[in-house]
Amino acid sequence: MKLAYWMYAGPAHIGTLRVASSFKNVHAIMHAPLGDDYFNVMRSMLERDRNFTPVTISVVDRNVLARGSQEKVVDNITRKDTEEIPDLIILTPTCTSSILQEDLSNFVDRASLDAKGDVMLADVNHYRVNELQAADRTLHQIVEFYIDKARRRDELPTDKTPEPSVNIIGISSLAFHNNHDCTELKKLMGDLGITVNAVIPEGSFVHDLKNLSRAWLNIVPYREIGLMTAEYLQREFGTPYVDMVPMGVVETAKFIREIQKHLVNQGHACDFEAFIDDQTRFVSQAAWFSRSIDCQNLTGKKAVVYGDATHAAAVTKILSREMGIKVVMAGTFCKYDEAWFRQAVEGYCDEVLITEDHGVVGDAIARLEPAAIFGTQMERHVGKRLQIPCGVISAPIHVQDYPVGYRPMLGYEGTNQLVDLIYNSFTLGMEDHLLEIFGGHDTKEVITKGISSGSDMGWSREGLAELNKIPGFVRGKVKRNTEKFARDRNIGEITVEVLYAAKETVGA
Amino acid sequence: MTLADVQPQALQFDCETGNYHTFCPISCVAWLYQKIEDSFFLVVGTKTCGYFLQNAMGVMIFAEPRYAMAELEEGDISAQLNDYNELKRLCETIKRDRNPSVIVWIGTCTTEIIKMDMEGIAPQIEAELGIPIVVARANGLDYAFTQGEDTVLAAMAQRCPTKAESALANPTDTPETKNAFQRLLTFGNKAEEASATKAVDHPPLVLFGSLPDPVTTQLTLELQRQGVTVSGWLPAKRYTELPVVDEGYYVAGVNPFLSRTATTLVRRRKANLINAPFPIGPDGTRGWVEAICRDLGVQPKGLEEREAEIWASVEDYLKLIRGKSVFFMGDNLLEVSMARFLIRCGMTCHEIGIPYMDKRYQQSELALLTQTCKDMGVDAPRIVEKPDNYNQIQRIHDLKPDLVITGMAHANPLEARGITTKWSVEFTFAQIHGFGNTRDMLELVTRPIRRNEALNGLGWEQLVKA
Repeated sequence: MKLAYWMYAGPAHIGTLRVASSFKNVHAIMHAPLGDDYFNVMRSMLERDRNFTPVTISVVDRNVLARGSQEKVVDNITRKDTEEIPDLIILTPTCTSSILQEDLSNFVDRASLDAKGDVMLADVNHYRVNELQAADRTLHQIVEFYIDKARRRDELPTDKTPEPSVNIIGISSLAFHNNHDCTELKKLMGDLGITVNAVIPEGSFVHDLKNLSRAWLNIVPYREIGLMTAEYLQREFGTPYVDMVPMGVVETAKFIREIQKHLVNQGHACDFEAFIDDQTRFVSQAAWFSRSIDCQNLTGKKAVVYGDATHAAAVTKILSREMGIKVVMAGTFCKYDEAWFRQAVEGYCDEVLITEDHGVVGDAIARLEPAAIFGTQMERHVGKRLQIPCGVISAPIHVQDYPVGYRPMLGYEGTNQLVDLIYNSFTLGMEDHLLEIFGGHDTKEVITKGISSGSDMGWSREGLAELNKIPGFVRGKVKRNTEKFARDRNIGEITVEVLYAAKETVGA
Repeated sequence: MTLADVQPQALQFDCETGNYHTFCPISCVAWLYQKIEDSFFLVVGTKTCGYFLQNAMGVMIFAEPRYAMAELEEGDISAQLNDYNELKRLCETIKRDRNPSVIVWIGTCTTEIIKMDMEGIAPQIEAELGIPIVVARANGLDYAFTQGEDTVLAAMAQRCPTKAESALANPTDTPETKNAFQRLLTFGNKAEEASATKAVDHPPLVLFGSLPDPVTTQLTLELQRQGVTVSGWLPAKRYTELPVVDEGYYVAGVNPFLSRTATTLVRRRKANLINAPFPIGPDGTRGWVEAICRDLGVQPKGLEEREAEIWASVEDYLKLIRGKSVFFMGDNLLEVSMARFLIRCGMTCHEIGIPYMDKRYQQSELALLTQTCKDMGVDAPRIVEKPDNYNQIQRIHDLKPDLVITGMAHANPLEARGITTKWSVEFTFAQIHGFGNTRDMLELVTRPIRRNEALNGLGWEQLVKA
């Protein structure tokens, strides 16, 4: 057993559901107890999804414990098959079903006989992999399933697209700024004269997966999701892939050059150097920012970076290489990807921290006392407590990290967004610091306003005690209204009863 | 009521498939750790449980909460590790770091399936550590959402001291003054007392159900007006202040989801249960106070006027909902009380979805619902236990109700389809009990309707492509 208050990566089934629900017309059925469909709330709240999340539960209850699921799972699959007519139903095991060890693949086989759509069992082990690894695995599994299916039916296209094209692999729901990143990547490809053959899993249909082989090249913008699929496609079709993260000016240029190399290898003459130069110097503001006085003032400032492998590594390189900021520590919770992370940030930071324990991260931040933190929502709160500003650069995130405005992290517009994020974090800290030195703003005393100033109303001790239980942000209003209520009725002393009488009568 | 009366239309009870969305009952730690200030809640479960809690609790999670996961690993599942040793190690850490007065172990689906003997291990570790350990099996296999609190309070009910135990522990205190909360209410309140009703001599009364402190104060005062003294609340602000419950004490619930707690108090502690409607809405509050007075032999007074005053004071809100229809998808067991209140407000209700319906514990509430429908001249709603969300959404499309009270999983998708919703979980966390919170509750209910009025005529109610 492990004493845990907080986790950075969710349980395995979340990864499977994220991939399943990113596809169009794919339904996931969780083999889980009541209440495990919290994923639907997250989709509906965080992503503000207009559609019903295509995830339901085949409920594990006492009867299932006693007698097994029997027909229940099969019935639920065939029912969903007729109700929603999905192309694919993915039966998703959870921690509960892992222990029950029911023969879920047997249920899938039986349901496949009746269902019009395809049925598949997500092959993830709850106790071995986390959300991100499961997402990577599930995406691979689905792609492999449909490539095999097309091959068996002899429907697999054998030709490449006439013009150079790419698949963008790994864009998924409930991920950090993914939809904006996807738009930015498509735009970048457009600017380079490259067609986007497919984007998976977000927004694609499973029956189009057979066309993945037509792309000249696969692009895997994030470390966490998509690599298994890209490797598989390389094995099957020899399609090369680029797994660089186009985040920051230098890395975006490297990413484009890597694409160019592969296209040239496949006989497409192209030279993107002029494009890179123009974008770097004039479209993106990041290069210019790095030379400006603003950025000069950041030179040597201390920062701590922590997040998933992709974002933490990229931001570390941006801070250190493109802004001259001293990254005293870079860390990630992607323990399983430790080797890659260490290598990626080598030379760009003083220390590397690989841990899943937010307490360890918090302690390290307290010890290092950086001028700014770039981390997850958890680090933002550590920063609040230590009064250090924090920019959120990675999941886990909250609803405010799903902006409706255009906020890519990748590509050239992404570099602009990152400049704002980084610079705003530091200046806020600086202003705070100056205020401290010079004794704050000129008015420290809060000016009492309205009728409560100079109040001669007496509060009984219990009345006051009760008032103090009311949350701070409405307490002033309640106090004013209660006093007005008492004054209007010539009540001398405000007791608990008067307080609540006022609430009832005037809604104080 | 005799059979000769015009029979109110009988309530129709149905039961569907149980394919519905609700919160896992372990969510009760979110409000219970805040209510019981000296407690620590240890949820013995997996990453799935932890993920739910950290997301459902939102910002609360960052405030160093007095709860944690005992996250089970593969070695625990396959019994390579010893449950007793593991739990002891964790509880020692908790004792060292937080020094709570009680550790509550929340059993989950996983501990059920692997049959971890939590009830058996707890007394041993309790003896070794010297901290009470209360075990509640609030799992998704058996319960929904607010029923989690029921399992915790049922376990705590067994820890309430008897008068003899309490006298032994505090020789100078009588049980009635032991409660700090009581002291607060009676201390130095002479001026008020003169005008208030004299306390009537009646058997001791203990109320059960976790409510925010201001609400417990309000309800206690409400009863005090009738001369009824509340000798304690289960739970109290601190575990060390659990009320005395002796044979012959009277107990009354404040929430509709507390059946197990009620059963435990009656069967194990030999208390008398006052079966009353729940103090939600002015009608429910009046019914609740009346039932308590009736069972304690106190003549209630002034309640009718008080109810009427409250109704009059919220007329502006009632105007907005009168004649409109409401549909409860069902996820927190407050549904019957809420529906009864809204029907009294002048709404119509076609369907009350509810996770679990205890017809005995909710007897008075169901009777009041039937009576309310008759009084208001509307059809009795259909009560659907263990609803099927998919079927419900088909029915919602057919019925086109003016307001759907539902969980967050369905709220945004329904809004995008032009169906007005109110998020049901808010009613669990908002203050909705007693006369004084009527306005707050109507504020919540009418908010989407007021939003609709504010955005009227913009022409973008339907936001999904047909």
